Amino acid sequence: MVDTDRNQNSTPPNQKPPEEQPQWRQDFPIDVPQDNYISRREFTKFLVLTSAAFTVGQFWIVYENWRRARRGQPPVAKVALISQIPVGGSMVFQYPTENEPCLLLRTGEKTFLAYSQKCTHLSCAVIPEMEKGRLACPCHHGYFAISDGHVLAGPPQRPLPRIKLEVRGDEIYATGVELRTA
Amino acid sequence: MKRQFSRPQKMTIVQGIQSIVLIIAVIQLWLITATMNSYLGGDDGVPLPAAIFSLICLGLNLGLLRFLYGLDRRTKTDD
Repeated sequence: MVDTDRNQNSTPPNQKPPEEQPQWRQDFPIDVPQDNYISRREFTKFLVLTSAAFTVGQFWIVYENWRRARRGQPPVAKVALISQIPVGGSMVFQYPTENEPCLLLRTGEKTFLAYSQKCTHLSCAVIPEMEKGRLACPCHHGYFAISDGHVLAGPPQRPLPRIKLEVRGDEIYATGVELRTA
Repeated sequence: MKRQFSRPQKMTIVQGIQSIVLIIAVIQLWLITATMNSYLGGDDGVPLPAAIFSLICLGLNLGLLRFLYGLDRRTKTDD
């Protein structure tokens, strides 16, 4: 026979054995060993709830991924006239929606580059530093290369999304967004 | 006949299960971080396999929790 009450030091007021006590008294025991056991069991339950929350989050990402795939590439939109932006200059435009600020950069006579202006760390607006060949995020000192948007320094993990451009005559058009992991 | 455990034995079991559940939850945390990173980076092949793996992890955790609560039920019914 196994003595299950070896650590049962206190006696409940109703004198009944532990397993006949009301649920609340079993969940909040007085004796330390039993309290340790219950609190660890409840903490394990909390961990499993956390695990369930992570799984829900994973499926939310699947749903968002499916929605993004359904939307497809954004429409072509006119960004600026070539004459509006000097060599070595930059300008802000919105693409593909009004809430998505992007930077158009003119690095040469016929070279145009565009990136999302939102830092991939915490979405602060990046500022072009053309003379240093980089885009700087003032919030946490993240730096991206102007040449291809890859991370030079700081906390960001992903390069800036690149906006695909097309020059038609003297007009510049945005034709899509290229997301990248590295 | 099912085996009946003493309180110290149950304490050891709950600590062991707690450790396994904690490790699985940490793996899931890493997985959701990596999945979010790849989703934001435009990689659309990662989220579904990652979600299935996370679901398997949740199943394991639920199984371990069920076993843990089963220990108490077993003690009550056997007594």
